[in-house]
Amino acid sequence: MSAVDSIKHVVNWLSEPSRFFVITVAAFFVALFPGEMGPGWLRRLTRPVLAIYRPRVAAAMFAVIAVLFGFACLDPNFRSIVGKPDNVPIAGMIFLVGFFVWFAVQQGRRNDALKDAGQPIVEKRETGDGKVLVWPDLVYIEFICLILWCIFLVAWSIFLKAPIEEPANPSKTPNPSKAPWYFLGLQEMLVYYDPWIAGVLLPGLIIVGLCAIPYIDKNPKGSGYYTFRERKPEIAIFLFGFVVLWVWLIVIGTFFRGPNQNFFGPFEYWDAHKLVPLINIDLSQIIWVKLFGVALPKNPLVRECFGLLLVLAYFVALPPLLAKTWLKSYYEKLGPARFHIMVFLMLTMIALPIKMMLRWTLNMHYLVTMPEFFFNI
Amino acid sequence: MALLKKLWEYTRSTQVWNSIFRHGPTDNARNRGLAVLTNVFLHLHPVKVRRSGIRLRFTWCMGGITFFLFLVEVATGLLLMFYYHPTVDYAYVDIVDLREQVPLGVMRELHRWGAHAMVITVWLHMLRVFMTGSYKPPREFNWNVGVLLLVLTLLLSFTGYLLPWDQLAMWAVTVGSNMARATPFLGHEGPGASLLKLGDISLVHAGNDARFALLAGRFVGAGALLRFYVLHCVGIPVVATILMAVHFWRVRKDGGISGPV
Ligand code: HEM
Repeated sequence: MSAVDSIKHVVNWLSEPSRFFVITVAAFFVALFPGEMGPGWLRRLTRPVLAIYRPRVAAAMFAVIAVLFGFACLDPNFRSIVGKPDNVPIAGMIFLVGFFVWFAVQQGRRNDALKDAGQPIVEKRETGDGKVLVWPDLVYIEFICLILWCIFLVAWSIFLKAPIEEPANPSKTPNPSKAPWYFLGLQEMLVYYDPWIAGVLLPGLIIVGLCAIPYIDKNPKGSGYYTFRERKPEIAIFLFGFVVLWVWLIVIGTFFRGPNQNFFGPFEYWDAHKLVPLINIDLSQIIWVKLFGVALPKNPLVRECFGLLLVLAYFVALPPLLAKTWLKSYYEKLGPARFHIMVFLMLTMIALPIKMMLRWTLNMHYLVTMPEFFFNI
Repeated sequence: MALLKKLWEYTRSTQVWNSIFRHGPTDNARNRGLAVLTNVFLHLHPVKVRRSGIRLRFTWCMGGITFFLFLVEVATGLLLMFYYHPTVDYAYVDIVDLREQVPLGVMRELHRWGAHAMVITVWLHMLRVFMTGSYKPPREFNWNVGVLLLVLTLLLSFTGYLLPWDQLAMWAVTVGSNMARATPFLGHEGPGASLLKLGDISLVHAGNDARFALLAGRFVGAGALLRFYVLHCVGIPVVATILMAVHFWRVRKDGGISGPV
C-alpha cells in the first residue's frame, strides 16, 4: 500500500461520524478561544493557535488546505462526489464560510486590541467626522460589485453545466434520495428524531430562535462594530449553531451520506451493498432487559420512567438549577421570562449533538419511546 | 474625445434628458444629494451614510449581493418562463431543449447557480449582521424581517428545485415534503391527527392533510408541479419583493447601516 493510500485510509477512519464530530467541535473551540479554555496545560497547549488570526498565517493555511483539496480531487471516489454539478457550490461554500467566520472574528480581535492600546476602533477611525454622500461613494461600490458578480456568474455558468438527470419516475426511487442541499441539515436530524420533531418542531424552533435573538441578547455592547471580547458567549453560541449544527451537517449530508443513508469516508466508494448492522436499542431495553434482566413492563409510564426522568431533569430541573449557579448573572440580567426562553432554546439546540453522539457511540435509539402518545425522544 | 464630450454635454442639455434626471451635473454636494433623492431606486438609500458603513470590510456588501442575485433570478427566470410549460408532458423536454437547442444558452445555468449563490450569500449576510451586533436596538424588527426573507429564499429555491422534473427534482421534493405528513394535527402521520375524528371517520387522512395541500395529491405529480410553479414564479417572489422593500426602508429608518456610537 502506498503512502497516499494509507493517508486516505487514515482520513476515512477519522471521518467516522463520532470521531469526525469530536474533532470538529474541538477544532471549533480551540480556534475560537486559543489559550483561553480549560486547565493551565490546555491553555499553554492551545495558545500558539492564536497565530491563525494573523492574516499571513491564515492565508498560508488557506493555501495549504486548497492544495490538499486539489490533491484529494485526484482520487476518483472523492472527485465523483465533489464534482457533481450541484455539489460544486457546496464545496465553495465550505471555503466561503470558513473565510468569513475567520474574517469577522479577526476584525473583532483587532478592534479589541486597538481598545487595549487606547486607540479608537477601526469603525470609529474610518467614520471620522461623519458621513459621506451615497452618490458617488456607495453607488460606485455597488456598481463595481455588480459588474464583478456578473462576470463571475457568467463564467461559472459557462464552465459548469446545470445538471439534468433522467425524467422523473415515481416508481424508481434513487439511492440515496436526498432533499435539496440546503435542507440536508434537517434531513440529517431525521436520523435521530421522529419526523414531527426533526421535520416540523425543530425547524420551527430554529426560526423562532433566530427571531428571538435580538430580544434575548440584552448585552448593550458590541452594536455596530466587530468585537470578540465584549460578546464572547453570544458569538460562541451563534457560531456553534451556524458552523457546526447547520453548515457541518449539510456537509455531512452532502458528501458523507451515501446509498441507504450510510456513512462513507471521503475516499470510499459509494457501495450500495455496504452492510451496516442495525442494532439500535432503546434506553428502556438497556435498563430493564440488559441491566435488570426482566421483561419490559406493560405500563408505558413505568417502562419509560428512566428516560422520562432524564428528559424532565434536562428540560425542567436543569434551567432553575442553572439560574442559581452557572448562569446566575444572566438570570439576574434577563429576568425569568427571557432567561427561561433562552435556556430552553439552548438546551434544545444542545440536545441534537447529544443525541447524535449517543446514537453513534451507544447505538441509542430512543431515550423515551411511547409510540402510544407519539412521544419518542 | 472632444467630440464625445460635446455630445455628452448636448445630451444633458436636451429636454428629454432633463425630464428624466431632474438634477444638474453631479459635481457638487447638492446635486449629488438630489441624484439620490429624485431617483426612486437610489432613494432606497439615504443621501449620506457613515463612512464605516460602506466599507467592504464591514458589510462585505453581502446584503447588496443577495439583492443583486435576486434581481438576476428575476431576469433569468422571466426568460426561462418563455420556454417552460409546467406540465408533466412538457416540463422535462423543455429543460432538455433549453440545453440542446439554444446556442450558447446559459440562462438555465445562470438561474440555477444564481439560486445556489443566493442561498449562500443570505447566510453570510446574516452572519455579518450577527457579528457586528447590528440586530441590537433599534434594529430588532429588521432582523426579524431578515429571518422571514431567509425562509422565503429557501422556499424559493425549494419550489424551483421541482421544475426540471427529473429524478433529482422529483425525489428531492418527495423527501423534502414527506415531513409535512408528520405535522402535529395537520399531517395524517403526525401526533394528534388520530384524535380528530367524527365518530369513526377520521378528519385528517392522506387525502386532505398538510402534505396533500402542498402537493395537490398524495404523490409528487402534475398537481404538485403546477402548484410549485405558481408559488415559485408568482407567490413567493411577490411576498419577498414586498418584504425586501420593507427591509431596505427599515435599514434607512433605523439610522442607516449600523456603526459604533
Ligand atoms: C433576501 C434576503 C436579504 C436581502 C436582499 C437583504 C438585503 C440587505 C441589505 C442590502 C442591507 C444593507 C447592508 C448590507 O448590505 O449588509 C441589509 C441590512 C440588514 N439586514 Fe438584510 N437582507 C436579506 C436577508 C437578511 C437576513 C436573513 C437577516 C437576518 C436574519 C437580515 C438582517 C439585516 C439587518 C439587521 C440589517 C441592518 C444591518 C446594519 O444596519 O448594519 N437580512 N440587508
